[in-house]
Amino acid sequence: MAICRFTGRRLLILLANAFLGLPPVVVGLALYLMFSRSGPLGALALLFTPSAMVIAQALLATPIITALTHRAIEEPWQEYGGALRVEGASRLCSIRVLLAIARRSVVTAVLAGFGRTISEVGTVLIVGGNIAGHTRIMTTAIVLKTSEGELGLALGLGLVLIGISIAVSASAFVLWRR
Amino acid sequence: MKLRRFFPLLFVMLLGHGTIAAEQPTPQSIILASTTSVENSGLLAHILPAFTKETGITVHVLAQGTGQALQTAARDDADLVLVHDPEAEQKFSAAGNGIDRRQIAWNDFIVVGPRADPAHIGGTHDALAALKAIAGAKAPFVSRGDKSGTDALEHRLWRVVGVDPAKAGGSWYRDIGGGMGAALNAAQAMNAYTISDRGTWLSFANKGDLAVLVEGDPRLLNRYDVILLNPAKHPVPKQALAKRFAQWLVSPEGQAAIGAYQVKGEQLFHPSAAAPK
Repeated sequence: MAICRFTGRRLLILLANAFLGLPPVVVGLALYLMFSRSGPLGALALLFTPSAMVIAQALLATPIITALTHRAIEEPWQEYGGALRVEGASRLCSIRVLLAIARRSVVTAVLAGFGRTISEVGTVLIVGGNIAGHTRIMTTAIVLKTSEGELGLALGLGLVLIGISIAVSASAFVLWRR
Repeated sequence: MKLRRFFPLLFVMLLGHGTIAAEQPTPQSIILASTTSVENSGLLAHILPAFTKETGITVHVLAQGTGQALQTAARDDADLVLVHDPEAEQKFSAAGNGIDRRQIAWNDFIVVGPRADPAHIGGTHDALAALKAIAGAKAPFVSRGDKSGTDALEHRLWRVVGVDPAKAGGSWYRDIGGGMGAALNAAQAMNAYTISDRGTWLSFANKGDLAVLVEGDPRLLNRYDVILLNPAKHPVPKQALAKRFAQWLVSPEGQAAIGAYQVKGEQLFHPSAAAPK
């Protein structure tokens, strides 16, 4: 998106940036209505399945990763784009070089998307239904345990979730800094 | 960022994956839209394994308020419902959505509140007098406010008492818009009164200073019904499986499983398919 020129490109950039603040519950509600058996995509039988949750999460994370990566690539492209073209680099090759230059920002973008998905609760609750052993995930389990008054267990789950998040971020940085 | 251009493709791939995943692992599964009181009390987790073992049918439980559960079913997103709001159920069936409504069990509602009991209702057995006293004392009261069965009962009681708490003024009436557990957590934190079903109360782990203050009023009867979807209006593909589950719930085996469920030595649900209350 940063290095190619195609119709609708500006609109895509605008949308990606606008959807940075997409309220998850609204996404959940919209998907619920789409996937409901009486909705337009009802025949797919996706509501209350893990697949519906994956789609919802992808919809939430994509604008974040897109917008942040676009921002990160734009500048090096302006700086090195001419040189790359002079040397006859193909588009694919240019992308590889640019991603390498901006890798730290790209890692941050990916982690921001990851953060959005791992901490998400409203959307997955609506489209997943928090079904035990099927669509119950850590965040919805924490909500459930809190409502059952099992505050200690809820807090324990929360600490595990934070631990996972920190571990992923840390290993991403260690891997990409080399 | 060429990837962005492949996004539609990616989306289609995800959808494809979704349909496979939805059909593959559990061909014999139904979705039961039920209430938080049945799910959070642990009843379904206790009785479902026996049904699954007998029939091979997995039951996926959505724990929602009665109002939301009936809505979910009316949109075809569940295969049957297990709820506890007779008025809403009648409307549901009258609208042509439900058939074969059967009572499966009962227990009772209770008024819980802080031990300090500023409205002096402890030990009484009259729910109406208790609500009147709470409103009179302007003592904090937590309402579910989520159109659940418990919420519907609470509003029926206020109507009979002749108090409209939402318009009564002051900040004593607190509509939290949440499930039973959330309401109990809120009442515990705010030293407030609330109405709970006994099942959720017994299995609730954060009681703090809350205690049962009013019980034993016939108006506080809490009956649970299972309702199948009307195939004329809802051609749900899993009607036969749903029917099998409903029949199991009222069968001697199902009824025995419901009656055998205890928390801390107390029976939570009284099977009543044979002699409805």
